[in-house]
Amino acid sequence: MLQRIPAPTTARLLRAGDRGWLVELPSGGATSIAAAVHDQPWAAQVAEVVPAAKTVLVTAIDCAWTDALGSALVSLLEEALDRPGPGRRPRTIEIPVHYGGPDLTEVADALGLGVADVTREHAAAEHVVGFFGFAPGFAYIDGCPDVLALPRRTSPRTRIEAGYVAIAGNQTVVYPGGTPGGWHLIGHTEQRLWNPDNNPPNRLEVGDRVAFRVVTTC
Amino acid sequence: MLTAARSTPAPPKNGTARLSVISPGPLTTVQDQGRTGYAHLGVSPSGAADRASFALANRLVGNFPGTPALECTFGGLSIRLDAARVVALTGAPVPALVNGRPVADPTRFRLTAGDVLSLGRPNVGLRTYLAISGGLLVEPVLGGAGHDVLAGHGPHPLRAGDEFAIGAANPCPQVPVELAISRLPQATTIVRFRWGPRHELFDRSDRQRLTTTRWRVSADSNRVGVRLQGDPLQIGKIHLASEGMVRGAIQVPPSGEPIVFLADHPVTGGYPVIGAVVERDLDLVAQAPPGIGLRFQPISSGGRTMKLASRQRITTKS
Repeated sequence: MLQRIPAPTTARLLRAGDRGWLVELPSGGATSIAAAVHDQPWAAQVAEVVPAAKTVLVTAIDCAWTDALGSALVSLLEEALDRPGPGRRPRTIEIPVHYGGPDLTEVADALGLGVADVTREHAAAEHVVGFFGFAPGFAYIDGCPDVLALPRRTSPRTRIEAGYVAIAGNQTVVYPGGTPGGWHLIGHTEQRLWNPDNNPPNRLEVGDRVAFRVVTTC
Repeated sequence: MLTAARSTPAPPKNGTARLSVISPGPLTTVQDQGRTGYAHLGVSPSGAADRASFALANRLVGNFPGTPALECTFGGLSIRLDAARVVALTGAPVPALVNGRPVADPTRFRLTAGDVLSLGRPNVGLRTYLAISGGLLVEPVLGGAGHDVLAGHGPHPLRAGDEFAIGAANPCPQVPVELAISRLPQATTIVRFRWGPRHELFDRSDRQRLTTTRWRVSADSNRVGVRLQGDPLQIGKIHLASEGMVRGAIQVPPSGEPIVFLADHPVTGGYPVIGAVVERDLDLVAQAPPGIGLRFQPISSGGRTMKLASRQRITTKS
């Protein structure tokens, strides 16, 4: 039994625990709302801002601030939804990729394409960082075209090193390193997009455009 | 898992006091107050599972709040100090032996140089906090010194032979130890929670089932979350885009048996969250050993519905 939930028609503020509010947005915009929260004079009272596909989770540093945070978010949303501002100007991050991952041939066969087609389609698509989840530095990058859409592998690998470029559904990931993973490995980049010793540890931000550039193909 | 993110215990320098691990027990980790501000990058705040007991342990030995200490699960830890220090044990009570002799009141006591401290098993609760005056000197990762079992951040779980540098001793405050009591779960523990953010997706009978079932803590629980067993909710599989999760979230996977997220929870998830345990009672959940019963009690929202915004474009639920 798979229930489908109707898309919300209005923005809503849903309570999420003692200190949190889940902002549900009817039509995208999570990234710009998240960025706007950081620009507010009350941002110092905010502990975490977690943008996802259709929601932004905002938590206060202290329970005592939760109500005030809710009111502030209502005002912010009214303004943002009435007059959608430019928000943060999206950057484009170029990632050179050696296409030739261990699953590339299998992927091409499953899709009924040639290896060169998979490479071309992946590199030509417009990719945008959707949100971070699963593990530190694991960015879900949207925009993988339908012709490359595949379900995840039936059996995930127990450990994938940093830099592997993988696809599943309409998403791409560049593995941050050391996590298990069930996505199809189609390439590899030498660039490190996640390093906890760096400040900030991430090179990608939610909303960034990602241009995968072909370095080599197999 | 993320080896790059791991820090090792700061190697003790000559002249620095040190703690040597003789036996770590089933699982002992370094913990602090956690990392704040990185959830949008997939980094969970982590930190001590029972924050009240952790804070109390530090207070008893005069440490600054948040000073790294040891979180010992199921007891069994054995350590040696090479310098005299006051130490405190809070959370799940365990028998404590110093050089093989029992300590009368293990809440706070003094170890002299060379003493070996060994902890027994707790009969009540699950996690015991050992704070040492001066604290453990641990290199932070992303602003936190604790080990995150999901992400692999921070110092690896303790192993026999590990050594930690410890800071200079602090003067001990005069906290009467008889007032230093940790809250611990009883045979059936009442846990208060708030509905939301996704309780509206559950029908009336599921909402009722959540609050009337006596849930049993599964052995398949850890710092990521506490899995519960009992009469399952009937919601089944729901198509919901992944969204941010809070510590304390009561997530309901398709099996219908809830999971309460603890310190090392994933920062996003795609299963609906019916409610969230209030922060004060989450420490109790973190101390709930397998087999113990939990009942969820909703706290009234007290008419705290937020006013509707202009043109009613925004509705709020609380």
